[in-house]
Amino acid sequence: MLLYLIRRIAYVIPIALAVSLFCFLLVHIAPGDPINAILPPDAPADVVAAVRTAYGLDKPLPIQFGIWLGHVMTGDLGRSLATGRDIWPDLEGALKNTLILAAAASAIGFTLGTVLGALAAVFNGTWIDRSCVGVAVAGVSVPHYWLGMVMVVIFSVTLNVLPAMGAGPDGTSDWSLDWAHLQFLVLPAVTLSVIPMGIITRTVRGIVVEILNQDFVTTLRGKGLRPSGIILHVLKNAAPNALAVMGLQLGYLMGGSILVETVFAWPGTGFLLNTAIFQRDIPVLQATILVLAMFFVVLNLGVDLLQTAIDPRMRRS
Amino acid sequence: MSDALVKVRNLQVKFVTRDRTVHAVNGVDFDLANGEVLCILGESGSGKSVTLRALMRLNPDSRTVMSGTVEVGGHDIVAIGEKRMAGIRGRVVSMIFQEPMTALDPVFTIGQQISETVIRHEGISASAAHKRALDLLDLVQIPSAERRLAAYPHELSGGLRQRAMIAIALSCRPKLLLADEPTTALDATVQIQILLLLRRLQQEMGMGVIFVTHDLGVAGEIADRIAVMYGGRFVEEGSVRDVMRTGLHPYTQGLLGATVHEGMRGHRLTTIRGAPPNLERVPEGCAFAPRCDVAEDACLTAVPELRGEPGHRARCVRLPA
Repeated sequence: MLLYLIRRIAYVIPIALAVSLFCFLLVHIAPGDPINAILPPDAPADVVAAVRTAYGLDKPLPIQFGIWLGHVMTGDLGRSLATGRDIWPDLEGALKNTLILAAAASAIGFTLGTVLGALAAVFNGTWIDRSCVGVAVAGVSVPHYWLGMVMVVIFSVTLNVLPAMGAGPDGTSDWSLDWAHLQFLVLPAVTLSVIPMGIITRTVRGIVVEILNQDFVTTLRGKGLRPSGIILHVLKNAAPNALAVMGLQLGYLMGGSILVETVFAWPGTGFLLNTAIFQRDIPVLQATILVLAMFFVVLNLGVDLLQTAIDPRMRRS
Repeated sequence: MSDALVKVRNLQVKFVTRDRTVHAVNGVDFDLANGEVLCILGESGSGKSVTLRALMRLNPDSRTVMSGTVEVGGHDIVAIGEKRMAGIRGRVVSMIFQEPMTALDPVFTIGQQISETVIRHEGISASAAHKRALDLLDLVQIPSAERRLAAYPHELSGGLRQRAMIAIALSCRPKLLLADEPTTALDATVQIQILLLLRRLQQEMGMGVIFVTHDLGVAGEIADRIAVMYGGRFVEEGSVRDVMRTGLHPYTQGLLGATVHEGMRGHRLTTIRGAPPNLERVPEGCAFAPRCDVAEDACLTAVPELRGEPGHRARCVRLPA
């Protein structure tokens, strides 16, 4: 098991390197010379050359990558072109906000999805199954931004019970666990939870239907186990595959839904990315994508290790 | 036979779905005494496994329609509530299956799967259950029991898995053990070991056993009595000796003719022509008539009664009434 752990973690290194290479090349893949993004088009040639040297852009690409990687590894993600500030403090705040939103949305979506999916599987073929699947399909089909706006119209405008925008009172986004702050979370989290809810419902339904058809379930019934005892077995068998899908979904949520964060003016990574794209702020894009991709990689590692801990058959290879 | 361990009268089992109805079992009667071993012999689709599962109501609830009388250890299996039925399963009657790899939960250890059964029925502590599991592995002759308790099913060989399955089934000392082709998926050498083990355990514990198989050799090895099943009915019933020596029903004779046994060198094996009946439509007469070389008009009109002597009977119109 320890050996597996070490090997599995070692696999992450090449993936992480590839991801950083891609993020680094982002600047060079984007049309035009990166220098054009820094300087106005009519800048004198000697200024261009000076800036090129200052930014290290005159060196060969592999060297530039090495230098950039060195900076990234030491926590220096560079500066925003738009604001001139260091990227990390802004990114950190956005990540924290998105993490809060993603955690809330997945708590809602995964719980509902698991319950609905399991219900649908147990009552496979009945009206309960069809209703649960119907909810799931509706969940993945309804457009985010539309649902978000409808919720704002209902709960903020008409009923006036929940705030429509922002991540905290008075436009701040300092987090604390009280209703004054939590109420800002409700609408975006619910809106964002709908797609993972639908996907998890259908995944869990498929997994559980398959498990319930396996011979060992008959054995469990034959041993006289109560339904609660059988559910325990089904859950442990379903967990590895369900966790894999949940991990991916959490990864997507961490990327921050640009649409939902825009609708609710939630200052998260989606919002940050959106702003960076409009301002052609390549360093911010680069840093954000890198951090999110790394998060994804680590999340997948976590899911893999969790799966292995649950299912002994995966430890073999 | 009011003290019989198992009493089955006119058992019928249908599987009903929207598209079709399959009449898997069409009127089965038998008794089993304490400590007796009955072998139900038949090919795939004859209804033997369904009959076995009906004895502990393990056929899929949603589409199974079961009628007739089934009593096991004095419990009315057809009418009893699901909660009480669950209390009987594993304690009064338990089952071992054909494929021990799929019949065991892959993500729980052997020890956990034995212990949970004992804890469920006897409410003992986890450590007492662990101790019992250890004794049970000794009972089914699994070496280095302590290590095997911590093993997962995929870490054991097929023979050891089936032994573990038997240990689970016997963990609460049931009065009746149902065995659904427990040796079919195993190597020939392992088969005989498992059969010998089952026979020894049956004698030591005095259990009644109903053993389903399509293998005549296996039946002869373990059974006191044999019932030959075809088209959802018992077509012949008798002691192992009588059925194996002088099969009365043409189907039994066909099975014997298609099996290798002693003194067959130089003889050609015969086959039974045709295929088993489609049980979506139960034939009015003898289900075997379409494949039978000696069928008469009378075979097609009504299902023949069981005829012959009390100890050895068959459903064939050609036997003296």
